[in-house]
Amino acid sequence: MERITVTINGNQYQALKGSTILKAAEANNIHIPTMCYEEGLSIPGCCRMCVVEVKGARKLLAACTTPVTEGMEIQTESDRVVEARKDILRLYLASHDLRCLTCERNGDCRLQDYCYRYKVEDTPYRGEQKKYPVDISNPFFFRDYSKCIMCGKCVRVCAEINGAYVYDFMEKGFDSKVTSAFDDPNQETACTFCGMCVQVCPVAALVEKSVMWAGRPWEMQKVKTTCPYCGVGCQLKLKVKDGRIIGVAKDKSGSNLGHLCVKGQFGWEYVHSPDRLTRPLLRKNGKLEPVSWEDAYNHIARRLSSIRDQYGGQALAGLSSAKCTNEENYLFQKFMRTLIHTNNVDHCARL
Amino acid sequence: MMPNRILICGGTGCISSHSRPVMDRLEKELQQANLDQEYQIIFTGCQGFCEQGPIIIVEKDSTFYCRVDPDQVPAIVQDHLKAGRPVEELLYTNPDTGITARTRDEVVFFQKQKRLVLHNCGLIDPENIDEYIARGGYKALEKALAADPLQIIEMIKKSGLRGRGGGGFPAGIKWETARNAAGKHKYVVCNADEGDPGAFMDRSIMEGDPHAVLEGMLIAGFAIGAQEGYIYIRAEYPLAVRRLLAAIRQAEEKGFIGDKILGSGFGFRIRVKQGAGAFVCGEETALIESIQGNRGMPRPRPPFPAIKGVWDMPTNVNNVETLANIPVILGMGAGEYAKIGTQQSKGTKIFALTGKINNTGLAEVPMGITLREIIYDIGGGIKDGKKFKAVQIGGPSGGCIPAEHLDVAIDYDSLISLGAMMGSGGLVVMDEETCMVDVARFFLTFTRTESCGKCTPCREGTKRLLEILERIVEGKGEKRDLETLERLGRNIIDSSLCGLGQSAPNPILSTLRYFRSEYELHIEQKVCPAGVCKALKHYRVIPEKCKACGLCKQECPVGAITGEKKAPHVIDPAKCAKCGECVKKCPFEAIVHG
Ligand SMILES: Cc1cc2nc3c(=O)[nH]c(=O)nc-3n(C[C@H](O)[C@H](O)[C@H](O)COP(=O)(O)O)c2cc1C
Ligand code: SF4
Ligand code: SF4
Ligand code: SF4
Repeated sequence: MERITVTINGNQYQALKGSTILKAAEANNIHIPTMCYEEGLSIPGCCRMCVVEVKGARKLLAACTTPVTEGMEIQTESDRVVEARKDILRLYLASHDLRCLTCERNGDCRLQDYCYRYKVEDTPYRGEQKKYPVDISNPFFFRDYSKCIMCGKCVRVCAEINGAYVYDFMEKGFDSKVTSAFDDPNQETACTFCGMCVQVCPVAALVEKSVMWAGRPWEMQKVKTTCPYCGVGCQLKLKVKDGRIIGVAKDKSGSNLGHLCVKGQFGWEYVHSPDRLTRPLLRKNGKLEPVSWEDAYNHIARRLSSIRDQYGGQALAGLSSAKCTNEENYLFQKFMRTLIHTNNVDHCARL
Repeated sequence: MMPNRILICGGTGCISSHSRPVMDRLEKELQQANLDQEYQIIFTGCQGFCEQGPIIIVEKDSTFYCRVDPDQVPAIVQDHLKAGRPVEELLYTNPDTGITARTRDEVVFFQKQKRLVLHNCGLIDPENIDEYIARGGYKALEKALAADPLQIIEMIKKSGLRGRGGGGFPAGIKWETARNAAGKHKYVVCNADEGDPGAFMDRSIMEGDPHAVLEGMLIAGFAIGAQEGYIYIRAEYPLAVRRLLAAIRQAEEKGFIGDKILGSGFGFRIRVKQGAGAFVCGEETALIESIQGNRGMPRPRPPFPAIKGVWDMPTNVNNVETLANIPVILGMGAGEYAKIGTQQSKGTKIFALTGKINNTGLAEVPMGITLREIIYDIGGGIKDGKKFKAVQIGGPSGGCIPAEHLDVAIDYDSLISLGAMMGSGGLVVMDEETCMVDVARFFLTFTRTESCGKCTPCREGTKRLLEILERIVEGKGEKRDLETLERLGRNIIDSSLCGLGQSAPNPILSTLRYFRSEYELHIEQKVCPAGVCKALKHYRVIPEKCKACGLCKQECPVGAITGEKKAPHVIDPAKCAKCGECVKKCPFEAIVHG
């Protein structure tokens, strides 16, 4: 890749030709604030938090959409830039349901973080506030648009990653809001409840129901793990408080790039189910009794061998699970064919 | 023998002052007088002199009639056409000089104009391609097709033509960019959304000379290597839509549009796409989204449409008036064209004159003319002999210019330095009875409603600016409001995504620049010096003048006035609805407000 030289805040850096100012800065540990930018989604350039001053440009430019050019001189925190960002934050606050005290995103909120960073304590703009009823129709998450900052990430993730196209903007200007078609509650839309919108929301407009009143963000441990449902092996982080799972956060290190489906996102309740089998059981005299793994495996091997020897491999069949990986499924059919001597092997092919 | 033509203005202005019934009546009268073979009626596009509509021109002796009523038509037929005596009372008399004009060229309104783009408007039947061709139409296309596309681009560059849609970007450079951009398909888009309140130049061109727009698009298409064109027109222009569609059909029949145009290798199609009435869809990237069937929200630039436009293909977007200039330039030559205008702004500009001006209408003037010439010579000065206060130029993105700058030669750059903007050429004249705070409030109401809501500064900021202005006109303004208006206004301009937000605060900033004291009076003394802001009006009776006739008491719709016989009447401010009816009724001028 061709490299060019740019000056950011007075220092020279190398940047990849064709990259945006935002990426070039980020690559050099210069952090420009963003609300609407999300890696992997299209770039609308709409929040305007990332505006920077570029020598020779009449207006401030959005760092997320402007490509770097050779010799470009960029200021990311000049007075003019900070002034503009402050006003954007003040404008957000002016129509935000600002109940941080009990907000589930308190301490994990972009709006708070940037207000802190730019010392915006309050807003001078008094007037109409946007107030909408909260949509609680579905079992998984709330939609509380009185806290929405219209970054549009939920719209894009739903359309561009999931392909469900549940959300879009309606109305114009100050009256515009993000919502589903006909302003329907999510339960009545094509929503698949993958929860990706919840994951990208920078504020508390979209929140999992499971975290409501369940703990503050800083009280939660985030435990990285693999989704147990299917063979894709999506990475995720369990939000754990006092040894119990209360939600799921995204983890971008795996092949799923942080995206999940409804099962990985919301289907973890069984972990704490009292009905769950936690150790092997063997039926003895008509009653299930706990045994060791060794005893259980020995029992299986013994029974399978004796049936095969007595009746032949055709007397047995194997059914494997979509929760297993391709490799595991491969081994399973190999096992059935070479050791059990049967081709009776199938797969549930769904979850 | 060709029949003599009688031109009746069929522009939207004249149609609304009932030129159709005039035409019907003329048809009937001509028949009855057995003159229908000798005279042919042509329903033309806009003459521009809308104030004086309906307008009729008798072509054989160029007689120019205005404000024609159907009942006056028999006189035209009998006295003029039959007896050769023009109908004096229908001629235009200049109210200032008292001089009566017999022909269009003698009317001052037309004298200072330079009608290049509008040269056909009002003089041909826009629904008949032969009339366009007869006046040299499609000659420029022929010329272009015989040349190299690069030569055409050079020519447009040399002409100095800048975009008439508001931004003033050099057209030739835009064409060159689109020509050089890689893409297997290319588009030409004609921006006919014309959203500025009060602007109607594009409508008049399309209604009066639709082929000029098509010819401009064809030449642009040939120059940049495009195969397809869109005209994005607002659905509120049904007459223009109809005439464009008719023009496209006729041009197809004659082989000006289609495959292998005029025997060349160049093929081009033109489609009309109607907009749904959002102002922001005039912004080129929102317009492109709308053409693609999406919500009209601007895209970030770069990439510019010339690189990635309709369906991500190189797209040249030009305004109607810009495109209508193209055949003119090819016709007269780039060098000649560039002689008109100022150093940086060439050619002419069409302005829509509205507001408190005598001659509302459309005027095409050379760049570099002064505002004074437009307002006083062409526009005939201020209505009812009132005093000029300011002129608002550039629509909701523009600004107000006060009397002290009336003699500045106007072009793209001088207007910007005055805090206004060429915009699409809307020109609203204001007199002493206009409140500048209220004017700013009016334009902000517009931009606040028309903001698409995509980006934060514009979506939230225009709302807050408007709220502050509303508080000021309601007498609830605070001292620090002016500082807040200026700061927030600057930041919205600096950080918004598209031109709407980037210019929305201009009406506030320019009125603050020139009329700051008016804001201060509203805020500090709760007074509206122009007497416009209702909340700041207080009606009262001057006891010495009141003759206790009781008329005001009878008139007041809310019963706010009390008074006995022979005792001066009193207005209860708590009840008064500030309608001002009592003032009109009082025979003794005893009621005042302030
Ligand atoms: C909010 C907004 C509204 C606009 N409306 C129009 C319009 O109605 N007609 C137009 O020609 N240009 C309009 N423009 C300008 C276009 O974006 C674009 O610059 C123009 O069509 C380019 O053509 P030109 O170079 O020939 O002027 C508008 C721009 C903005 C920001
Ligand atoms: S979303 Fe953020 S700013 Fe809004 S109430 Fe919650 S913590 Fe506060
Ligand atoms: S709900 Fe959240 S993600 Fe969606 S637009 Fe609002 S703030 Fe952005
Ligand atoms: S400046 Fe206004 S109209 Fe333009 S994108 Fe932003 S919100 Fe939409």
